[in-house]
Amino acid sequence: MASKGIGRYFQNIKEAVTTIFEGMSVTCSHLVRKPYTIQYPDRVPVRIQDTLPFRYRGILEVDLEICTGCLACERACPIDCIVIEAPKDQKTKEMILKRFDIDIAKCMYCGLCSEVCPTGSIHHTTEFEGADFSLESMIRRFVKAPVAAYKAKKGPETDLLIAPILERGMRYIEEFAEPADMKKIKAEEKTVAA
Amino acid sequence: MKEFVDGLIANGSFAGMPVEMVYALMMLLFGAIVVFGFALPLVTLTVWVERRVWARMQSRVGPNRVGPQGILQALADGIKNILKEDIIPDAADRRLFAIAPFFVVWGFVATFAVVPFSSHLVIADLNVGLLYITAVTALSVVGVLMAGWASNNKWSLLGGIRSAAQIISYEIPAGLALIPVILLTGTLSMQKIIQAQSWEPWNWFVFHSPFTFIAAQVFFISALAESNRTPFDIPEAESELVAGFATEYSGMRFALFFLAEWGALYVIGAIMTTLFFGGWQIPPVTDNVALQQGLQFGIFFLKSYFWVFVAMWIRATLPRVRVDQLMSLCWKYFVPIGFLNMIGTAVWMVVWPQQRSPARYLMFFLGVVIVVQFFRRVRFHLRRARPEMYYSPAI
Repeated sequence: MASKGIGRYFQNIKEAVTTIFEGMSVTCSHLVRKPYTIQYPDRVPVRIQDTLPFRYRGILEVDLEICTGCLACERACPIDCIVIEAPKDQKTKEMILKRFDIDIAKCMYCGLCSEVCPTGSIHHTTEFEGADFSLESMIRRFVKAPVAAYKAKKGPETDLLIAPILERGMRYIEEFAEPADMKKIKAEEKTVAA
Repeated sequence: MKEFVDGLIANGSFAGMPVEMVYALMMLLFGAIVVFGFALPLVTLTVWVERRVWARMQSRVGPNRVGPQGILQALADGIKNILKEDIIPDAADRRLFAIAPFFVVWGFVATFAVVPFSSHLVIADLNVGLLYITAVTALSVVGVLMAGWASNNKWSLLGGIRSAAQIISYEIPAGLALIPVILLTGTLSMQKIIQAQSWEPWNWFVFHSPFTFIAAQVFFISALAESNRTPFDIPEAESELVAGFATEYSGMRFALFFLAEWGALYVIGAIMTTLFFGGWQIPPVTDNVALQQGLQFGIFFLKSYFWVFVAMWIRATLPRVRVDQLMSLCWKYFVPIGFLNMIGTAVWMVVWPQQRSPARYLMFFLGVVIVVQFFRRVRFHLRRARPEMYYSPAI
């Protein structure tokens, strides 16, 4: 144990040289290892948006063709990012959609609006790349020109243009995440444990 | 370069102009060519290479989006920095604050005047080349101290003072490490030092004797400390001093500090190559002057860039040292070792007066052994960890 005076001095030099040598060999070995980083998925054969589940909570979208103008989504939104103007036409007694704005900058993707929608008109898409150059352009304005609100018919939808949209909307509603069946889960856990 | 200008004057290209003025103009022209044609692109390249190498050593990816493999990343950062607002704090000493970065850049750019890229490609082959380099690199301490004081910020001031203490201390071991080579060659001129070596590795000064071998390491580490590189970056310690003297700087002035820092890295490599690693010496393969110069430039660049790579590698390996550790490393270890090298080399020259003693083969063999042992350790670590391998530098 040369730990005092001149012995300590040379031991320090030896330790410095050998430990740096060892450390440099470790970092050098990392140079040929595969990086652990998972990169942003934009260099994959299939667009990542197309591989996401149907009810993925991406940026909101509205199918105006099947919007009933019930304002349920506007009321459900906890942060008021949805603004709808739907006055009644005095002559025809019809609901006219004048304005349907969603401020994507405010939206927190809670999904409450899409849960209360009776026709599945307002729904999340799988699009998640929302970067933009100004706050103003983050407000999605869905009504270009005032249109009449959708009226549910008795029996199946007959309009060939609207039918597929409505079908998609209903599928969106029906594909709710079902409440977890705790008994079933516990039973499964037991079988796994055994 | 002087011969080239002399040739032009003899041809009558500058008839009617005073000779001194022609020299001054040509100096400025070559200086501008070297700075804008070589130093600036080199720095942008080095920043990118450093970030990629560093990332890979930490099992990350690094910038790979801007341009092919992210090679334009540093350029994009530079443009962004130019476009940013140049803020000068209210309480700062405006004039000193404004000119401080230029002193730092000056200290690095001025060294390029004597860097011998090939046997003809050198702006000025000064007969006091080495002395000149040690003098102008110390200029940057003026800039750093100025920046630290003018910012009127405690972190900056601490950073500036730390930097001054560090650079002035490490001038001594760096200077002492140059002395063995000066003793061996009897000259301070960069070109003559290279001419005293040859292309064979065992004729490089690093393998001349054990003392020059140690001197090379001491010089490299001291030079890292002088240029405020990790593990000696205590003047700009991000975690304790919030970037030190650069705290209050923004935009282009901030970028200038880092331009100088990365540029100085190449200058260190160039000096290492010149003094200890045979400079631009190549085997006599061609008589074509242009091709020969090109090859010399290429070999010089590769050798000096290897040292830039080693500096990056050290940065990825070692943590920052403490101030007291830094000082004790300098005064208790490097300065005595430096004197030992000086005396040892002098004694060596008395005992074996011929310039090329057989010991150089032994030293070269020792160097090879160290490198082989190193790669055995690398292989050991790879075998033990069994990682997924990825050899390509592109990702």
